[in-house]
Amino acid sequence: MREITWSTAVNEAIAEEMRNDKTIILMGEDVAEAGTPFKVLLGLVEEFGTDRIIDTPISEPGFVGMAVGAAMTGTRPIVDLMFGDFIFLVMDQLANQAAKQHYMSGGKLNVPMVIRTNMGATRRSAAQHSQSLQAIVAHIPGVKVLMPSTPYEVKGLLKAAIRDDNPVVIFEDKLSYQMKGMVPEEEYIIPLGQANILQAGNDITLVATSSMVQVCEEAAEVLRSKNISAEIIDVRSIVPLDEQTIVDSVKKTSRVIVVDEGHQSYGITSEIVSRISEQAFYYLDAPPTRMGAMDVPIPFSPVLEDLTVPTSKQVVAKAIDLINNNF
Amino acid sequence: MKFTKKDTDKLLRFYSQMVRIRKFEDNANQLYLGAKMPGLTHMYSGQEGVAVGICEALKNTDYITSTHRGHGHCIAKGADYKKMFCELLGKEEGYCRGKGGSMHIADQDNGNLGANAIVGGSTGIATGAALSSKFLGLGSVTVCFFGDGALGQGVLYEVMNMAKLYKLPVIYACENNLYGEYTHFSETTAGNILDRPKAFDIESFEVDGQDVLAVYALSKTLVKRARDGDGPFFIQLNTYRYHGHHVGDIDREYYRSKEEEKHWKENRDPIKILAEYLVSKKWASSKQLTQMELDIKNEAKEAVEYAINAPYPDVSEVDMHVFK
Repeated sequence: MREITWSTAVNEAIAEEMRNDKTIILMGEDVAEAGTPFKVLLGLVEEFGTDRIIDTPISEPGFVGMAVGAAMTGTRPIVDLMFGDFIFLVMDQLANQAAKQHYMSGGKLNVPMVIRTNMGATRRSAAQHSQSLQAIVAHIPGVKVLMPSTPYEVKGLLKAAIRDDNPVVIFEDKLSYQMKGMVPEEEYIIPLGQANILQAGNDITLVATSSMVQVCEEAAEVLRSKNISAEIIDVRSIVPLDEQTIVDSVKKTSRVIVVDEGHQSYGITSEIVSRISEQAFYYLDAPPTRMGAMDVPIPFSPVLEDLTVPTSKQVVAKAIDLINNNF
Repeated sequence: MKFTKKDTDKLLRFYSQMVRIRKFEDNANQLYLGAKMPGLTHMYSGQEGVAVGICEALKNTDYITSTHRGHGHCIAKGADYKKMFCELLGKEEGYCRGKGGSMHIADQDNGNLGANAIVGGSTGIATGAALSSKFLGLGSVTVCFFGDGALGQGVLYEVMNMAKLYKLPVIYACENNLYGEYTHFSETTAGNILDRPKAFDIESFEVDGQDVLAVYALSKTLVKRARDGDGPFFIQLNTYRYHGHHVGDIDREYYRSKEEEKHWKENRDPIKILAEYLVSKKWASSKQLTQMELDIKNEAKEAVEYAINAPYPDVSEVDMHVFK
């Protein structure tokens, strides 16, 4: 084990997979010499050359569409979509083309493509560079959706995604690129569809995605000082979802808060809470509760933006309310 | 390209392939009118010279992408009648096990990456297949079929730009059948069509889509050049669809006249034009061509019967193939 940044973990995952599989290419805006605006991909073009690390024009639908066609014909493309907000630009290619090829062709065609993109507010980037759109992608049958929370997870999940034979979208919190964490030097992958019980507890379950995992860890720390034992589940994989681990935990603790940075309405949190209601109804001692971003476009002004995203303080307050039957 | 008597077998194959498309569509139309086909479909009749002229210049390992008006491309690339009719009727033995239907037939064994129900939706896929070909060294060429309607889609220009930047072996085949749905293309298309690919410095050509020999001759040259690394190319193929936008588009005088339709059918029919050429050269007799037509008609009839009696997929298939 050694401590590396999220960016290094991503870079290593891609480089390792590209060394092992010569059919992998990476394409996107400024992915080669620039290594993306976040510098995550620095050095890859020097090792793999411009045939495999392909700088594209600013044409998101075009290069995602090309990645779909390339994936259908023997190449395994990784697409770098600079901001998660650009998902809206590529929806036809992702939802109508990539997601449906395998099904529409009766299982004959498939699209082994990874879209690496990001999410997350509080970077003062305003409404078109701050959205967390995982729910919109997760709604489309035929696409897998991943939300790593640490350098360890992003490396293991990204490697699994690259090896997967289906379209996979991996959302990384853009505030995490410089996060450091322990990552093994030896190779590993994290299978899709397995949630991680980050911390065991008895009084309440906190189900979290991406950077909301850290928010819940902070909250659990405060709750512990109040003698409340929280179990934290890091979802990791939205599609496929490890429903069993979540439901089993809620059956044990009887209370649950689900936290995700997407807008609260019609979101990931709503979906997970529904499944809990359907499968653990008689085990619940409090309403299963959602916490997502406010249903507003993300504002620019810091004083406003900070209000839109769930905080550990809010999680603590909500947990105490649920435990005190104050709902 | 000069054709001689020695090319007779090849030209008879062009004829047969065009007739195969026409007979397929005649039957598909009847299946719709007889309420035997779920949904609706878009007829390729009238445009046969385009699909056949191009696909005859391709190898089995070359790729095509197709459109909502895709039966002609499928057949021209080698698809089987029975599997196609089964797909049209939603049967298990269809090309997509009944899950795709008329607008999504894919036949990857023959290099057909699929029809596409989004106008312009396959332009990215075609260009990506060409990227694969170059990157993996497959030596294949991809033809992207689309109609004049797709000229309105931005993604076409994004991928043409990249195809030229990356020198990809792709041929953009724009079938101008004059109408996007119920609107004449001149009402939706500013400037000249060929000026658009030329803006990307893509070598561009215009050809009479009703003349299968002209289409073939041009395609043969461009396919070879694309294979040699000279691509991409753009072809505008002037053609005409005999039916409406879809099988249900019957009253269409508000957007095009019966005289216009009559003119194309009588004077510009690609099958007739080739038949007259073959007979005038004495490379085939009318009797021989009529017999070919009859044989194909019977084959189509038999395939339709087969498809009507074929089983539907088991209900357990509904959630199969979401993921591989």
